Amino acid sequence: MSVLKKSAYAGTLESSDAYIQVSPIEEDDIKIILESSVKEIYGDAIEELVRKTIQDMNVNNVLVNVQDKGALDFVIKARLQAAILRACEMEQPEWEVL
Amino acid sequence: MKLRRSMLFVPGSNTAMVCNAFIYKPDTVMFDLEDSVALSEKDSARLMVFHALNHFVYKDVETAVRVNPLDSPYGLLDLEAVVRAGVDIVRLPKTDTVDDVLEMQAAIEKIENEIGRTKKTKLLAAIESALGVVSAVDIARCSDRLMGIALGAEDFVRDLHTQRTKQGAELMAARSQILLAARAAKIHAFDSIFSDVKDKEGFLAEVNYIKGLGFDGKSLVNPNQISTLHEAFAPSIEDVDWAIEVTEAAKEAQEQGLGVVSLDGRMVDAPIIARAQWTLELAQASGIRRD
Repeated sequence: MSVLKKSAYAGTLESSDAYIQVSPIEEDDIKIILESSVKEIYGDAIEELVRKTIQDMNVNNVLVNVQDKGALDFVIKARLQAAILRACEMEQPEWEVL
Repeated sequence: MKLRRSMLFVPGSNTAMVCNAFIYKPDTVMFDLEDSVALSEKDSARLMVFHALNHFVYKDVETAVRVNPLDSPYGLLDLEAVVRAGVDIVRLPKTDTVDDVLEMQAAIEKIENEIGRTKKTKLLAAIESALGVVSAVDIARCSDRLMGIALGAEDFVRDLHTQRTKQGAELMAARSQILLAARAAKIHAFDSIFSDVKDKEGFLAEVNYIKGLGFDGKSLVNPNQISTLHEAFAPSIEDVDWAIEVTEAAKEAQEQGLGVVSLDGRMVDAPIIARAQWTLELAQASGIRRD
């Protein structure tokens, strides 16, 4: 299990990108706060993507704040993974699980 | 015929460009993890490029990635990401010696063996120094993974203690050496970027110049330069008409058992026929230029 040591973020608020912040929490849970102009249509899919990405990285106890600016799925995934690796103070991911 | 006229640089940290570069249909999309990415964003750009390479929109486009040098803290991490993601070409930055290529090749081979990748990752060596230019022949011939060598003019002119001009006299020796080295090794030769994206006339003049020298293509920094470049590299209708006439004359000569034939008073022999066939292949792959 990867453990978040601190809060961290990745991404930007530019169009087509996403700004994602992750913070460690005490509860054994993955909490997601999502802001997106397409939340009504794609909100559930984005949340599912975020949850699965976090689970695949074997992370728990995390609060994720996603500000989506119309990002494609792989952009959200890349930003989230970068934020988690920074929060875990890990240099290299396990590429196989990404 | 695989065309490699345009190699579009896409900064790995520029999300919009990473998502959209394929739309502009460059011959090769070159994601950059080196100079265009700030040190603080090397990790996130690496992940972005890793996922872009795996995305279906880049499955039908030739992809390259300019990685950081292996003697930096980022080079090996970049390689791990892009080789695993199945990139077609790794562009070596600042290639000064044969050892630079062989070291990169060994690092790639190690990753390929670890993941069981059977398709060999190709290499493109960027030559950006006086040492690299004088070593160009050896560099070009040192690895069967090398698909080409490219001039990186910005660093090169700094190394030469001069600066770039529109006339390009400062690049004359480097262009000649890189082109000869590439041709001797039977690999591609790529010219450097033209960074003043507003100067369309200057860009076209440079494209025509490097095409005339014999370069296969050019690195680009702006998608708006692609159509101009492709148009300039396409054969004209006159070129194609000439190529058809030569090919027909050659066919006739062959039927008559002749090695050489005359067309409009000019001798047509094997090199001319080969050039005509190449022109027809190019026309088929790239279309015909509208003059």
